[in-house]
Parts: sequence; structure tokens; C-alpha cells
Amino acid sequence: MNIVVAIKQVPDIQQIRIRNREPVLEGVSYTIGKIDKNALEAGVQLKESSQSNVIVLSAGNEEIEETVKEALAIGADEACLVIDDKLNDLESEKIAGVLAAAVKKMDDVGILLFGEGSSDNYSGQVSSRVAELLGLPQVGYASSILLEGQTAKITRQLEDEEELLEVQLPVAVSILGDSNEPRIPSVTQILKAGRKPQEILGLGDLDIELSGEKTVMTLSALAPETDRKRIFLNSAGELVAALQANGFIGR
Amino acid sequence: MAAILIYSEKSSLALELLTAAGILAQGCSSEVKGLCLNNDEQAAEMASKGTATFHIKNENINPADTASVAAALEQAAEKLDASIVILASNRRGKELAGRLAQKLQAGCLTDVTGLAVVDGKVQCRRNALSGSVIATQQIESKRQVIALAPRSFEAAPAKEGGSIQDLEITAAASPLKVIAGRPKTGDTVDIGAAEILVIVGQGMEEEDLHWAESIAKSLGGEIACSKPVATDRKWFPEDRIVGLSGKICKPRLAIIMGVSGQVQFTVGIRDADTIMAVNKDENASILQMADYAMVADLKEVLPELAKSFG
Ligand SMILES: Cc1cc2nc3c(=O)[nH]c(=O)nc-3n(C[C@H](O)[C@H](O)[C@H](O)COP(=O)(O)OP(=O)(O)OC[C@H]3O[C@@H](n4cnc5c(N)ncnc54)[C@H](O)[C@@H]3O)c2cc1C
Ligand SMILES: Nc1ncnc2c1ncn2[C@@H]1O[C@H](COP(=O)(O)O)[C@@H](O)[C@H]1O
Repeated sequence: MNIVVAIKQVPDIQQIRIRNREPVLEGVSYTIGKIDKNALEAGVQLKESSQSNVIVLSAGNEEIEETVKEALAIGADEACLVIDDKLNDLESEKIAGVLAAAVKKMDDVGILLFGEGSSDNYSGQVSSRVAELLGLPQVGYASSILLEGQTAKITRQLEDEEELLEVQLPVAVSILGDSNEPRIPSVTQILKAGRKPQEILGLGDLDIELSGEKTVMTLSALAPETDRKRIFLNSAGELVAALQANGFIGR
Repeated sequence: MAAILIYSEKSSLALELLTAAGILAQGCSSEVKGLCLNNDEQAAEMASKGTATFHIKNENINPADTASVAAALEQAAEKLDASIVILASNRRGKELAGRLAQKLQAGCLTDVTGLAVVDGKVQCRRNALSGSVIATQQIESKRQVIALAPRSFEAAPAKEGGSIQDLEITAAASPLKVIAGRPKTGDTVDIGAAEILVIVGQGMEEEDLHWAESIAKSLGGEIACSKPVATDRKWFPEDRIVGLSGKICKPRLAIIMGVSGQVQFTVGIRDADTIMAVNKDENASILQMADYAMVADLKEVLPELAKSFG
């Protein structure tokens, strides 16, 4: 059985600086989305317990070839990459179409794993849209998956409730951030990663038409204006005085 | 007249959606219709806020199965001639949004914190790039699915003129079985509603926590925390997390202790009226966004502070 883990290449948020309220993306390096690493870890753990094969799936520009090596080092067996310059900034609807079309070309997919949200967009749409396109049942915000043959027992974390669900494979699952400790690859694993099979597809290899029309337009994206006093305090006494001056104590 | 359909399985959130839908209905001259799934109590509550409420009673709909709920909503949107569907951006709602949007061939935005109608088009505000920027986005497709971040709008007040009507839809049996559901250990405090918050981060040590708690108490505030304090250290339940994946809070006062101020955290607190921050690292970015900043070691300053509050 194949376990597919969808990973998105994202700019490293820690490196993004703001200039004139605009994010500066030049020179920022790309990495695997933080929560996508939790999804990958979940996939690798399932593989170890069920003797399956982990395929990482990513759509983006040619830099994903480099980014995905880390996923192969961590324990994925092969990669399926859809590469096109257009794919970098594509909206969720179209990315979902591309990913679903790529999955359709694979055999024997038992579990399709996603992160609960991508590090840059965090919209949580892609997984749900892919599940719909493939007609799969889905479970979002999963903290653990247990496989018993063709049955998956999945724990889902809602805000105020934990659910234990049972479903027959195939199923699409989105993994909760921080739900596991992603492993760090060893040097030998990193060296071996380059030799693992990678299938590289272009948009022409997939059975889809990407319409040029945007369904969502971004009118502006600016850092919020901050207007803070930025007064430095030197002692606990000064802090208390500031609270008093603002009416928070001694009312 | 095209309708705006609202749905959330949580009544408190559905009432917030009602307020937002009201804003859109005025701008787009359309009508708001409320949807309930197998929930008499919620139907009555929505109607009491003046909503034309449609109640689907069909036990085949499995609330834990996003595909099942999306299929029900798709039919409801068709029958009620809705071009805009508004959902809550809690976990269930967010999961549903993408699936429903795909079914309806709709553009979709989740985690929306503000709405306006400009020249007949709906403009949505949401955090992007982990919250480092606020994006204003517009859905271009005719059909739209918009999921609203909890507490972005006030709950709708009582109003005359509501109604309840049954709505028939078909639903197949769900392939997803709920084996167990366990409520999370009850934390009754809603940090999103607190006026005063004392927020602790990884710079706090567990043995010093009681100082922070006593300061919160004497100010009449609540304790909240950064994400790793809840998820890694497990000092608090996850509903005390401030930030992108926690709660967006707008207190009058936030005292932030031992938090570095990464953007996923600061989105949750940047709308506070007054921010005080204590950090031992003078370069910590949290100090940049504070009205009152203090470079100090919590180990030393906490006992002193707690004493001054007496
Ligand atoms: C998709 C996504 C969503 C996220 N959502 C959230 C979210 O909702 N909320 C959230 O909080 N995080 C979130 N995060 C995590 C976030 O990026 C940070 O990792 C987190 O906020 C860091 O928490 P912290 O500031 O408490 O810890 P740290 O970054 O470890 O900072 C600790 C700070 O304490 C200071 N300190 C240490 N010792 C002392 C002392 N003795 N006295 C005074 N100061 C001291 C240090 O100088 C440091 O600045 C998210 C991340 C991702 C990728
Ligand atoms: N370009 C992409 N390539 C592969 N997987 C993706 C891509 N975009 C999103 N995903 C997956 O979909 C999840 C949700 O993304 P989002 O809907 O953007 O929050 C991510 O955590 C990834 O698992």
C-alpha cells in the first residue's frame, strides 16, 4: 500500500522581514511547511508499523526538488513532484486540482496525509478540496492514526472534544501541528536521499486544465500598523506605576 | 433574490455569523437564511434572532463526517438559492469550508476576521504569511464560501420576525464511524473574552508560575500562554493559547512574560489596547510591540512584582 504525504514548500517565516509594511521575500530560503513535517512523521510511523511505501507529493517551482530531499532523508521512499513556475503562487483550488490529478496516477493509495494548514497560507482548504475531488472520506485535525488491515482508527482533536473515528481505507487525513516529534535525519540518510526515486511531472502530464481565472484576488497584503508607546521600564516599581497611571490598579 | 446561507454546528458561533451575514445582506441586498442540522434548540435560538431558519432533520447526516455535512449543505444551498455560504472557522467549520467550496465550485476564504462590501463585492480580511501581514482578499467566483474566525463579530441580538421551516434533503449513510467522543477537560475561562490577560511563554519556569497567577488574580485578569507552553509543557489546556492556532484576543491590558514574540503569537495579541512585555533578551521582538517594555529576568522580577500587588 502507498501512503502519500502532501508537502508544501514555503518561505521560512522566521526569515521574513517587513519593510514599509511589505513582507520582503527576497533571499528568504524555502523549507518544508512546519506542520507538513508532522504529517510526514505520521506517514513514516505508519510505514514502519504496516510495511507500506511513503510517497511525498509536492507541487511548486523547480526548487521543490531540493526541498523535498529533506523529506526523502527523513524516511519517505519516493517523491512525486509536479513542477511548473506557475505553481508557486497558485490558489488553493488549483493546487488541489493538481494534487488530486497526480494522486489519480498512483496505484493503491491507502492514506493521503496533509498538514492541518500550510505555514504560509494556513487555510486548510487544500486537503478538503483534494478529498472531495477524489471522493474520499476525510478526517481533519488528527493527532494519531492506527492501522488494522484496511481499517484506520483515527483520533481527531477538536477545540473542546476528542473524537475516535473508524473508517475503511482509502482516506484523506490532515495532521494536527505539534502532534508528534518530527525526526531529524542522520547524515547517512541525507546522503542516501539523493538516490531515492523521484518522479517529476509537468502540468502537461496531468489530466487537468488550469483555467487562468483567479477565484480569489488579493487586493493588498500589508503588515498591520503598530502604534505603540515603547516606553522602557527599569523596575517592578515602574511597572506598577505604569499600571496605576493607566487605571489598571488602584481604581 | 440570492440568499446568504449561514451554518455552524456551534450555536454561539452561528450567532456571530448572523451578524456578519447581516452586514453582507445590506451591501449585496440579499436575504440571510440560517441552517440547522438536527438541532431543535439551535433552530429556536436562531429564529429568536429574527432569522429565517431552515431545519434539516435527517439522522443519516454524520456531524463528524465532513463529506456528509458538505453534501447536506450543498443541497441546501441549491434549494435556498444561496450564492454565499458563511461558516465558522473553528476546526469543523474550516474542514467543511474547503470541501463545500469544491462541491459548489466556489472560491473560498477561511479564518476571515473582517468583512466589507465594496462596489457590490465582498472584501475579506485575513492573516497571511503566518500573520505577518493582513491581507484584503476578494472572491471573484459567483459562489463563495467564507469561514469566519470565532469572535470576530458580536453575537446577533434578539429580534422579531424569525421563522423555522423544515428542509428536506437526502443523505446517504456515512462511511465514518464515531467510536468515542470525549469532551476535553473543562476549562471554563474564555481568554478571548477577558479584559486583562497575563500571558506566559517558555521564558517562565514552572515553579514561578504561581507568581504570574497571583498577579493575574489581583488585576482581575486571566492567565493565557504561548503555544509551546500548552502543547509541549502542558501547563495549561490548549484553549489558553494566544495566537494564530490559538485565540485572537483583544484585551484592554496584556502583560506578556517570557514570550519571544514570533508572528504566529503576536497576531493573537496585537489588537490589545495596552501591551506590557517582560523579557530578559533586549532584542526580543515582543519588546518592539509593547507600550511598556522591560528587560529583566523573570526569576528576579516576578517575586518583586507580585509583592507590589500585595
Ligand atoms: C502554523 C503555526 C502556528 C502557530 N501558532 C501559534 C500560536 O497560535 N501561538 C503561539 O504562541 N505560537 C504559535 N506558533 C509557534 C510560534 O512560532 C513560536 O514557536 C512560539 O510562539 C514561541 O513561544 P515562546 O515565545 O513562549 O517561546 P520562545 O520562542 O522559546 O521564547 C521564550 C522567550 O523567553 C525569554 N526568556 C527566557 N528566560 C527568561 C527569563 N528568565 N526571564 C525573562 N525572559 C526569559 C527568551 O528571551 C525568549 O524570548 C505557531 C507556529 C506555526 C508554524
Ligand atoms: N503546493 C502544494 N504541494 C503539496 N502539498 C500542498 C501544497 N499546498 C498545500 N499542500 C498540502 O495541503 C495542506 C494544507 O494547505 P493549505 O490549504 O494551504 O493550508 C498542507 O499542509 C499540505 O499538506
